[in-house]
Amino acid sequence: MDKMPKWADVILTPLISLILAMAISALVILAIGESPWMALKTMVTGALGSSYGWGFTLYYTTNFIFTGLAVAVAYHASLFNIGGEGQAMIGGLGVALICLALPWPHWGVALPAAMIGAALFGAAWAFIPAILQAKRGSHIVITTIMFNFIAAALLNYMLVNIMRPQGSQDPATARFPAGAHLPQLSEMAAGIGIEWGKNTPVNITFFIALIACILVWLLIWRTRLGYEIRALGRSEPAALYAGISPVRITVIAMLISGGLAGLMAINNVMGEAERLVLNAVEGAGFIGIAVALMGRNHPFGVLLAALLFGFLYQGGGELALWTTIPRELIVVIQALVILFTGALDNMVRMPLERIFLALRKKGRA
Amino acid sequence: MPGMADKAKRPETASSPAIELRGISKSFGPVQANKNISFKVARGTVHGIIGENGAGKSTLMSILYGFYKPDSGEILVNGQPLNVTDSQTAIRAGIGMVFQHFKLVQNFTVLENIILGVEDGKLLRPSLAKARGVLKQLAAEYQLNVDPDETIEELSVGHQQRVEILKALYRQADILILDEPTGVLTPAEADHLFRILEGLKAEGKTIILITHKLREIMEITDNVSVMRRGEMVASVKTSETSPEQLAELMVGRKVLLNVKKSPAKPAQPVLEVRDLQLADDEGVQRLRNVSFDIRAGEIFGIAGVSGNGQTQLLELLGGYPEKGSTISGTVRMNGQELDLTGTRSDAATRRARGIGHIPEDRQSEGLIMDFAAWENSAFGYHHAAEYNAGLFMNNNAIQQDAQEKMERFDIRPRDPHLAARNFSGGNQQKIVVAREIERNPDLLLVGQPTRGVDIGAIEFIHKRIIELRDAGKAILLVSVELDEILALSDRIAVMFDGRIMGERLPSETTTGELGLLMAGVTDTERHDASDGIPPESKHVEELPDEQAGGAG
Repeated sequence: MDKMPKWADVILTPLISLILAMAISALVILAIGESPWMALKTMVTGALGSSYGWGFTLYYTTNFIFTGLAVAVAYHASLFNIGGEGQAMIGGLGVALICLALPWPHWGVALPAAMIGAALFGAAWAFIPAILQAKRGSHIVITTIMFNFIAAALLNYMLVNIMRPQGSQDPATARFPAGAHLPQLSEMAAGIGIEWGKNTPVNITFFIALIACILVWLLIWRTRLGYEIRALGRSEPAALYAGISPVRITVIAMLISGGLAGLMAINNVMGEAERLVLNAVEGAGFIGIAVALMGRNHPFGVLLAALLFGFLYQGGGELALWTTIPRELIVVIQALVILFTGALDNMVRMPLERIFLALRKKGRA
Repeated sequence: MPGMADKAKRPETASSPAIELRGISKSFGPVQANKNISFKVARGTVHGIIGENGAGKSTLMSILYGFYKPDSGEILVNGQPLNVTDSQTAIRAGIGMVFQHFKLVQNFTVLENIILGVEDGKLLRPSLAKARGVLKQLAAEYQLNVDPDETIEELSVGHQQRVEILKALYRQADILILDEPTGVLTPAEADHLFRILEGLKAEGKTIILITHKLREIMEITDNVSVMRRGEMVASVKTSETSPEQLAELMVGRKVLLNVKKSPAKPAQPVLEVRDLQLADDEGVQRLRNVSFDIRAGEIFGIAGVSGNGQTQLLELLGGYPEKGSTISGTVRMNGQELDLTGTRSDAATRRARGIGHIPEDRQSEGLIMDFAAWENSAFGYHHAAEYNAGLFMNNNAIQQDAQEKMERFDIRPRDPHLAARNFSGGNQQKIVVAREIERNPDLLLVGQPTRGVDIGAIEFIHKRIIELRDAGKAILLVSVELDEILALSDRIAVMFDGRIMGERLPSETTTGELGLLMAGVTDTERHDASDGIPPESKHVEELPDEQAGGAG
């Protein structure tokens, strides 16, 4: 028998964790002499109070959906891929190479090509840690984090020495051709006569992210491959017994994971910056870990958690802009959310389970 | 010794029972593990507690030993109420426990293990010296001979168990609780253990023996209490009961202890194993020149103490030998050679060749415990056409199939959406058995089919295995339960140290003879291991039907 109903497991537990994190954040804000209420108000209006705020919130959400899904897929195979940051960086390299290779006539042609590039490059970056894990037993946590540094160094080299336009002082590629410009949501809204989210970076990639959620759900819960990934993740001896090759599944799961992380570059590199810059990923790869943790590795949960972190990211920026609360404190708040929803999950879960058991007992008596 | 001072205070009134439980109840969340249990254990007797898995035996003993606090009820030791708050209290009251899984420090010596926790002071030397003396005395008194300076990892399982008993005796235990003590022992070791227990009883010690083996209860106990679903359903004198009656009390209905089976009709060889060798990744030889045949329509049983190569044999035939193993020899299935080491040596290929497998460890291999029953019902066969529809798995078809299997195999609760971990051991095993048998394999590998399975399910599983045999399939049965081997097998081989020590017909052998083979005593009548001829080359070629089915 399950210890508590599913809704309590999936909704109530993260919600309580979140409230606890917010309560402690409030205390911290009080301690530096600001009003927590005002801070919350600034964050909410800044992130959700206008179409401008939403435009940014959804842009960040899109990033986090991809990196969150990447972590979630690997997690189902019991692989902790913390290399999303590097995979997204290299995905960006793939996007840039493809966007700059041809004078693209229309985004409808450039987008699929860039997606293939992003996914392939991201997957390739995950492949080496995957094969090392599968064949040699080198722990994926160690190798993927090392690959983040290698990716950063590689990108630095590529931008400074090879891809930088002549005469430019900036370690970045040239602007992508106009034909590779992805429709912004604001442009799409204007197309049907609505003024929404002007000057915000959210673009068509948001919808691709939503489709990715559905595809990942289908993959994990409806296909043989997903079944084998989950089986391996739960018990390697059982997978062997059933004729499932751990090497094959480990590599495939990591390729999909890396591909998803790489796809984030469609949003930030092709959709927003329209050129490849250093540090384009801005830590989204790591936030993906928290997103997957909080979303309990379910695509729908990842979507919700990505929205929350999108809100925190945008709201936090607003906070720094309009109050004397320093930017570092935003990181503290985000860290508290990660701490409570991820690391301290059991602190909330176990008392809740006890309460539900007690309630059930009473109900029977 | 801490027990020493208290011992004097213990009332030694001969009339009061050694242990009395009154109305003990304990629940874990919604699960009522013990319901209002009352029973008495008379001083100087061996008292058996028998019950199916999950009947609440272990919980009850854990309460007695202070691991759990009962929700209600009281415990009396020697007629005095005792509040057992922790195991130290229990030890001081003279209760000693020998766990199923030993609690010994592997790289400590016997002596060091014995004084662990009851050292007399900061310096070890005096304690060790004293323990050495006491040990000598105990060894002489109860045939408990163990080398005090040997480290635990060097000892056989039987000797490790003796150390556990010595530990309890050293702590002045008057009441000794043994939890499933014979599970890991050869018949000879078990007999020795029983002699030790007899000796302890003669000295006035009280012994509580927890087991699920009816034979042991009948053999050694004076009284027996039967538990069923958390309740104590009966306490009787052993001399006034029978195995059949006890089985009925345990299960709550009549049970056939010995499955009926007709003589085997062996046909063409299905599996031919020749000179199989396997060394694990540390170079330890696990299989040595193993050769045997299994014919269609017969059950070939492999007996042996666990850890003598049976697991490696099953895994190798099942297509997943341990990584890094070195393998040689040949295996033919229906006349065609199996790939033992190459790319077509995986479990999926084995299934495609008609080899089904009920693995020894259902919890870590046979099932994914977090998967629902329906997901498990296709495990290993999830590529089969009927379970798939194009790109996707046909979950409806699998669920439908699982529902039908649950009906046919009486798996309870009949809910295919329940996770495997929420089924009892017997029902978990039935999920595996249903999956493997219903694929109708030409050869079924069966490892410990009834380990941790209740009597009712044992009867059912045995019947299904025999039905498969009667349908003309070959079956390889590996079990550490000699009774099971004797009841099911048409031919019996005994494995020891990776070698097949000999083959016997169930009608022409005895537990004693098999026990000797299991202990590695060379079978000099038929062959001699030192003559260089592998014993397997002399195995029985033809089986007269009436002999093969002799053990029913």
